[in-house]
Amino acid sequence: MKTAIFKVVKSGLQTTVQDLGREGYQQYGISPSGAMDHFSMQIANILVGNRLGEAVLEAAFVGPELEALCDMTVAICGGEFSPIVDGWKVPMWKSFLLKKGQLLSIGPCGSGARTYIAAAGGYDVPLVLGSKSTFLSSRFGGYDGRALKKGDMLSGFPFVQKPFKRLPLSLIPQYTKQLNVRVILGPHEERFDEESIKRFFTEKYLVTPQSNRMGYQLKGPKVEHITGPDIISDPVPFGGIQVPASGQPIILMADRQTTGGYTRIGTVISADLPLIAQAVPDTNITFSMVSIEEAQRLYLERRMLLKHLAIAAKNQEPSFSK
Amino acid sequence: MIEIKPLGDKAIKVSFGKEISEMIHQKIKQFITQLEAANIIGIIELVPAYNSVAIYYQPEFISFNVLVNRIKKIYKTFGIEAPVQSIVYEIPVYYGGATGPDLSYIADYHKMSKEDVIELHSSQEYLIYMLGFVPGFPYLGGLPKKLAVPRLEHPRPSVAAGSVGIGGNQTGIYPSVVPSGWRILGVTPVTLFDIKKTPPSLFSTGNYIKFDPIDGDEFTRIKQLVNERKYTVKTYRKGLGE
Repeated sequence: MKTAIFKVVKSGLQTTVQDLGREGYQQYGISPSGAMDHFSMQIANILVGNRLGEAVLEAAFVGPELEALCDMTVAICGGEFSPIVDGWKVPMWKSFLLKKGQLLSIGPCGSGARTYIAAAGGYDVPLVLGSKSTFLSSRFGGYDGRALKKGDMLSGFPFVQKPFKRLPLSLIPQYTKQLNVRVILGPHEERFDEESIKRFFTEKYLVTPQSNRMGYQLKGPKVEHITGPDIISDPVPFGGIQVPASGQPIILMADRQTTGGYTRIGTVISADLPLIAQAVPDTNITFSMVSIEEAQRLYLERRMLLKHLAIAAKNQEPSFSK
Repeated sequence: MIEIKPLGDKAIKVSFGKEISEMIHQKIKQFITQLEAANIIGIIELVPAYNSVAIYYQPEFISFNVLVNRIKKIYKTFGIEAPVQSIVYEIPVYYGGATGPDLSYIADYHKMSKEDVIELHSSQEYLIYMLGFVPGFPYLGGLPKKLAVPRLEHPRPSVAAGSVGIGGNQTGIYPSVVPSGWRILGVTPVTLFDIKKTPPSLFSTGNYIKFDPIDGDEFTRIKQLVNERKYTVKTYRKGLGE
């Protein structure tokens, strides 16, 4: 039954409703949006007994404070945001019971940049073009097309899912400020000189504060073009690495424009996108080149893992329970 | 010939040439029609651009290599379909005034009268090559060289939804409020993007736009109808073989 589940006491820095994104409308210039870190978001759903693609709350850098308006199972996965319930620390990557009247405070990030709050039964916001994701710059989707504000009421179809579950320790990602990220070369590799490509794949690039849901501005050794940075505009995927005239790469993320007019040296592989999504400013990134075959193998491995975990959670396999 | 490249591990870029031309655009349109007809499992969406198409797909259903082979096969049996029929949207535009602040600049720049600028700008059928930048924004081809003007030195932080502008050798129309360095010569009362509609964009790739000059009274009248959701954009079929 549809019920109010949370009252927003504090909004956090930027808390939005996100699912796996809006598919099928890029031909009209509409970005997919969706969770930046698909891995943490799907694990959070698995732990509370939701389907993998159910909408969650994505909190960036500083989390919200939410008052529970009913009993429900909740899980928080992603960046370490030190969640607290009524003064008591609660673990991440584990489902727990949140009781009516309790206050869930998600702190500032200790490690990682984004954390995901899944509630059993999901969040009830209208589907816009088949998705519950918030697209901030065009102000639609999610909760009124915007980030949450103090006083907002979220509703859902809450239930209590028992026994509580935790993700095996070995599967919990460790977020560090030294990342190696794998990249598929192209599609405009012929527009860069060989030296620059070599440099891009050996030197360190720093994440700058100019990083958000649209893209991450990096700083590092200049990537030089042979004939300038402009291309005939073409479609841009999640993780595309654009190099404008400055020679400083930008990784394009969930709220990117659907097409772009600058050369792209490569695309971050799907399996490593969650690392970027969790990278805070001053993180050092090195890039290594992988083949499309290797990238797809890694993608399928990740996908299988999520499917297995979902089944194990459903069957209440012991490795998974409390 | 086509060139096929991975666009990461969940998309493919198929390129049809190195320039922007109506011929390449027609090829892309035909390719998309055939690709859609082939109904390949695992394909999520097709995104056409000036001289390429991105195919977004799910590697759990089809691998890069298998998809490349399917695409090559489709390309081999290419070009036997009848041309795809296009339509032309007639977009009413109130040129000049406060909502078309750069009309005089454009006229002065080309030593033409404002009336001549309006006449020339509204006598073309502009091809919608692709949509992007912001939801529902059409990248148009066909601006007469005589109307090309340099962009603003200092872009405006925002221009109104419906603004019609010229930037370099491109013309376009903004579906929503955006920052813009283009010279704005008029505004349409028509809603170009409405998230409550499916699809939300009035325009789609491969169709055409023709601007229809209106006066202030007509603007107010149409705007009223638009607000009451009673206005339908006029269209006609594009003549074939032109």
